Amino acid sequence: MKPFTFTRSATVAEAIEAHGAREESRFIGGGTNLVDLMKMGVERPSHLVDISRLPLNTISEYNGGVRIGAMVSNTDAAGHALIRDSYPVLSQAILAGASQQLRNMATMGGNLLQRTRCYYFYDPTYEECNKRNPGSGCAAIHGVNRIHAILGASSQCIATHPSDMCVALAALNATVQVTGPNGSRAIAFEDFHRLPGNTPQIETNLHHGELITSIDLPAAMLGARAHYLKVRDRNSYAFALVSVAAVVDLSPDRTVKSIRIALGGVALKPWRARHAENALTGHVLDAARLRTAAERELANAKPYSDNGFKVELAKRAIIRAVTTAAA
Amino acid sequence: MKDQTDHFSRRDFVGIAVAGSAALATHSYAEAPADQTHPCQLKINGKEYSIQIDARTTLLDMLRENLQMPGTKKGCDHGQCGACTVLVNGKRINSCLSLALMNDGMEVTTIEGLGTPAHLHPMQTAFVDNDALQCGYCTPGQICSAVAMLNEVKQGAPSAVTADLSSHADINLTDDEIRERMSGNICRCAAYVGIVAAIRSVAREKAA
Repeated sequence: MKPFTFTRSATVAEAIEAHGAREESRFIGGGTNLVDLMKMGVERPSHLVDISRLPLNTISEYNGGVRIGAMVSNTDAAGHALIRDSYPVLSQAILAGASQQLRNMATMGGNLLQRTRCYYFYDPTYEECNKRNPGSGCAAIHGVNRIHAILGASSQCIATHPSDMCVALAALNATVQVTGPNGSRAIAFEDFHRLPGNTPQIETNLHHGELITSIDLPAAMLGARAHYLKVRDRNSYAFALVSVAAVVDLSPDRTVKSIRIALGGVALKPWRARHAENALTGHVLDAARLRTAAERELANAKPYSDNGFKVELAKRAIIRAVTTAAA
Repeated sequence: MKDQTDHFSRRDFVGIAVAGSAALATHSYAEAPADQTHPCQLKINGKEYSIQIDARTTLLDMLRENLQMPGTKKGCDHGQCGACTVLVNGKRINSCLSLALMNDGMEVTTIEGLGTPAHLHPMQTAFVDNDALQCGYCTPGQICSAVAMLNEVKQGAPSAVTADLSSHADINLTDDEIRERMSGNICRCAAYVGIVAAIRSVAREKAA
């Protein structure tokens, strides 16, 4: 591991100052991903700012919804009464990810910033990776790409975003509050992560040196039912091949009043399934309509040599998640 | 494994092996420049420690190499196997992914702090009684993890297989719940049946 200097900050202002928006600075919260990437030599910061003691570790009612501090652990968020009772799909998604040990360490803010588990990104012995070495190419496109993206990828990068939690946050229309050297701002969840395009090395719209302070959830959809479905190679402690978060509000005759669907494991960001949502809104929820909606969402899917199975899997996962949510 | 004589002779053997490897232990990094070492104070197994530590050192390496406490094991060193599980302020974590400095001021409990050969922790006794190990390398992590897990259940923390997530619901500690909650601890010898049985027996005793 490359040597680095280390500072612990007690306040947000102190942390932003200590980071200084310098290229080689990183904030460290739980460290579950950053320390691992530093061991691998993928991340080589020369300055770490410990933000784990910042007073951003509470969950409270806020603006009719809930504000979750960025330093709340994944465990504490999943287990909090406000989340379990009003946003259970978020608890489900968090609990579906990682292990209890990791969820105890991992922070809510850090979860948003975890890096892809693309094998070629994670292993610097592969020269080709446009995320690590912009302009070097993408080893995954012609390599082993079973876990890779089928939506929104580019010729530069076909990695996926690994988070379960973020899929639920996309379906819940969360807002990310950030503070940086130039003040504070709010970023809509859908605008937080970026698709690869020609700059896969830029993963979020967070500016370097900005700190996530909280994740805000809007008032829970009245009468909404929700479900998080995760499909993976083993029953526990594995990343999603495909996952779906569905939040649906039905009228008594099962007409869809409002629905939000997000997919994980298929793109470099949590994929908001707008085509499927539009195909369902205003219609009575039945099997044929669901199949149509799923087909529309995946109409532009582009599989690679090893991940063609994800296209049909994603369709069926949408159908099952929405059906379960609406049950 | 129910024979106590057997048990202690095995432990003695492990003790000698550990002493041997401790003598050979080397630090993971070349000596760091002065501005990259920091004072770190921790309470480990009830005892205060104050050391100057290279910022790159993980909690796991600090325990094993700087403090000569090799009970906590290094398996994958990437947070995938759980062999390095310790309790920090009562919560189980992967010590391989935590920089030692991040734990400054915290209370750490390792396998050495749970029991002694003469006074085993109930979870250690249960692992012996239920043949919950073969090679034993994952066992310290399994036991620390299991002890923390039963506390989590007691406090009402849900898991991915908890049927009712609502905050007022009780947790029914089924075998599926135990397996899900312990999925962060891999056993290459596949002693999982024994591990679940051991944890179940401790949970039953606690409930009784």
